Amino acid sequence: MSNAVDNIFGPRVPMDEFRAHRGRYLLPSVLLALAGSILVASLFLPYWKMTLHAPQYPKGLHVYATLTGISGDVNEIDGLNHYIGMRPLREAAQFEKANAVMLIGAVATLLLAAMLIHNRWAALLALPTVLFPLGFLLDLQYWLATFGTNLDPKAALSSSIKPFIPPVLGVGTIGQFKTVAVASDGLWLAAAASFVALVALWFHRRAYKPLVDAQSAARGRVSEVPHVMA
Amino acid sequence: MRRWKYVPAAIAAAWLIAGCERRIVDEESENAPTASLDGGSAKTVAHSGGSVADQVAKERGLTPDDVVAALKTYMPSGKLDEYMMFASGGHSGQVFAIGVPSMRLIRTIAVFTPEPWQGYGFGTGEEVLKDGDVNGIPNRWADTHHPALSETDANYDGQYLFIGDKSNSRVAVIDLRDYETKQIVKNPVAISDHGGCFVTPNTEYVVEGGQYGTPRGWKYAAIEDYQKEYRGYVTFWKFERSKGRIDPSQSFALELPPYWQDLFDCGKLESDGWCFGNSINTEMATGGVEQGKPPFEAGVSQNDNDYLHIINWKKAAEVFKAGKVEKLNDFAVISLQTLIDEGVLYFAPEPKSPHGVDVTPKGEYIVVGGKLDPHVSIYSIARIKQAIADKKWKPDKFGVPVLDYDAVKEAQVELGLGPLHTVYDDKGYAYTSLFLDSAVARWTLGGAYQSLHSEPAWTLVKKTNVQYNIGHVCAAEGDTNTPDGKYFVALNKWSIDRFLHPGPLYPQNLQLLDISQPGEKMQVLYDMPLGVGEPHYAQMIKADKLKPWTIYPEVGWDPHKQAVDPEAPQAGKEGITRDGNKVTIRMTANRSHFTPEHVKIKQGDHVVWRITNTERTEDATHGFTLPGYNVNLSLEPGEAAKIEFDAVNPGVYPWYCSEFCSALHLEMIGYLLIEPTSPAAFDSESAKPVAKLDK
Repeated sequence: MSNAVDNIFGPRVPMDEFRAHRGRYLLPSVLLALAGSILVASLFLPYWKMTLHAPQYPKGLHVYATLTGISGDVNEIDGLNHYIGMRPLREAAQFEKANAVMLIGAVATLLLAAMLIHNRWAALLALPTVLFPLGFLLDLQYWLATFGTNLDPKAALSSSIKPFIPPVLGVGTIGQFKTVAVASDGLWLAAAASFVALVALWFHRRAYKPLVDAQSAARGRVSEVPHVMA
Repeated sequence: MRRWKYVPAAIAAAWLIAGCERRIVDEESENAPTASLDGGSAKTVAHSGGSVADQVAKERGLTPDDVVAALKTYMPSGKLDEYMMFASGGHSGQVFAIGVPSMRLIRTIAVFTPEPWQGYGFGTGEEVLKDGDVNGIPNRWADTHHPALSETDANYDGQYLFIGDKSNSRVAVIDLRDYETKQIVKNPVAISDHGGCFVTPNTEYVVEGGQYGTPRGWKYAAIEDYQKEYRGYVTFWKFERSKGRIDPSQSFALELPPYWQDLFDCGKLESDGWCFGNSINTEMATGGVEQGKPPFEAGVSQNDNDYLHIINWKKAAEVFKAGKVEKLNDFAVISLQTLIDEGVLYFAPEPKSPHGVDVTPKGEYIVVGGKLDPHVSIYSIARIKQAIADKKWKPDKFGVPVLDYDAVKEAQVELGLGPLHTVYDDKGYAYTSLFLDSAVARWTLGGAYQSLHSEPAWTLVKKTNVQYNIGHVCAAEGDTNTPDGKYFVALNKWSIDRFLHPGPLYPQNLQLLDISQPGEKMQVLYDMPLGVGEPHYAQMIKADKLKPWTIYPEVGWDPHKQAVDPEAPQAGKEGITRDGNKVTIRMTANRSHFTPEHVKIKQGDHVVWRITNTERTEDATHGFTLPGYNVNLSLEPGEAAKIEFDAVNPGVYPWYCSEFCSALHLEMIGYLLIEPTSPAAFDSESAKPVAKLDK
């Protein structure tokens, strides 16, 4: 194996060492696989839920956002939104929704790939998983802001409802509606995947750092070729 | 907050303890425990809460009984009734859905009569109403008498409601998913009816008993030939539950002597397969008071006995299937002689001119209200079957076997004057209306019901006065095989002094009674005026058995077919197309706009206008009101409608939504612009109001 490949994939575990400390080397891989599975599972659950409360809706209106689409009382909310000139909710985040399955697949694949990387590069591969929940919320906030601030000025109620930015989480008010936005099961799963990935990285470092250190020490003796990452 | 729910009960308890002259043991035992749940003894609550209630009651002059009645019927906002009562709407041609115990009118259901709120007969519904035409003459009203809920295993199943029209012998089918009338059938052989509707235990048939004898086949026959030419009928309408429709081709009528058949009821359990009806004119009196003959009222009441009709309907169905029928006006009729030969029809003497016939919950007994006789006469199906087996009969004038009275009689109970109708409860009591006494009689059943009450069998327990002239009676699930007891409604014909006088036409008085306590306690709880028509019978079903839709299941729903109409306009696919002079408009309605909003056509065009309410929200109903062309639709969420008319009169017609659907309801309008084809036609002087709806 060339040094360049070695630098990317990190050191391999000697068979004797692996047999002696099986748990130490398997644990990070298991955790990474777990994090990936949790993330994939989150695809099937709503990430975000907003409830709108108003006197004439005693049961409230509910809208659920999954990574691939929105559901719930979307028609009714769109119907109400047309009075203030807001675009239909389904028009939001069309690129994200269309590519969500591919995106999750890619993020999870990178995470699984990290199982093969035995140095710091593994952290880079896990980074999308770790940051995924935050990314979701930022994207959602972007769309809420875009929709709330781009109201049709010719709409029926445009004179009484000014452009607004609904909070991505928490309580807001618009007209006679009180809106309550909360994270839903999918986002909690994504957060769990993020946490598990971080834990996996900690165990990854515990398992492979000594090997990397040993390798670089050995290399230091053989040549002065600097290595970037170890 | 939870403790507040006990406040009314606590106030009641306070009243009973503090101010009662008449001590009501039952109420006290019922309310005292809830009061103590409130954290203290009933007395402390009386001290704190009693004073306000005390003051209100004093100011309004309410007795402790009044307060109890109020507490038992008051329905706080947002709480729902336990039962739904379906009452016939009398001559309004409608059915009323009333919540019990609050006695609030929740919905009228248009049946035989056009009703604009529901858009029934003003653009839609004509296809149903038209089937109620009589020999080509539109009859847009009815004398609705007896509603019947569909049954499964002799118990209400909450799926369908049937209602009979006495005036023109018609039966209507109402689907209880949307409370709308789906079908009207006109009886081809009977001109008027009275014993409709009653259903067999699994709603195989809807039974419609006729009333006044008339010549066979709507022919003319001299009244002098009454016995020879005139006949009565009872009709068995086959109900196809999967289609939600009556199938006239699988239905049949039985030819009966012209005895003026009256009410009917179907047997169940022990008497399953049998059907029972009364008659009032075995005298075959033909009136003619102006010729010095006895008037009907006397002539019909001469004989000591009339005949209870005992019909083996399962055997009749076999006879029909075997093809042993005649066709009268293209309708299958089993002749009187066939009924006799096949052992379908038997009679049994009953005290003269009786009224109601009501089968007991388990089907063992048949109770006949004497009307002109102070008794109820109770027959036993076991005895009837035995008498038939033993051939204990003598033929009547037509050869129908009349069973020996003593052989079929189980008991007679003297109740009072004018016993009419009977319903049952869960405690082995029967309740019979006493028209002349203006009272309800509670009396005991014997046999298997003996163990349910502590009084001797077949005895009068208590009479409670009602106001006034009680006709039909209704108890919670009171004519099923498992009556609930609890609530009883007296349908009183006269109200006299019970309500503010609205001019000389007074409302009827539907009076709610509490029948939850055994023995002599039966309190009148509430008077409900019904100033719309004269309800006859009513049935009361546990509300949770009803599973009505909140919105139509899918957008583009055709309520008549109870399926999505593939032609119904959908959002984004609206438009106006022209084919010759036929213009098709495909429109959607949604808060707060119609799409399109301009419809420009030419005078003389034939207009096909389809509208879909695309809403998916409860209560978001839109109206469609088109002036000049007699159109008003009710478009409930998801509903699609189609109207057709000829644009005979030109002009500009602003159509609008007639339901206050939203804050921008007034703005929910559009313009129908009908260009005149000739200037003269637009001259309002010469324009004739010839607009006529095709459908």
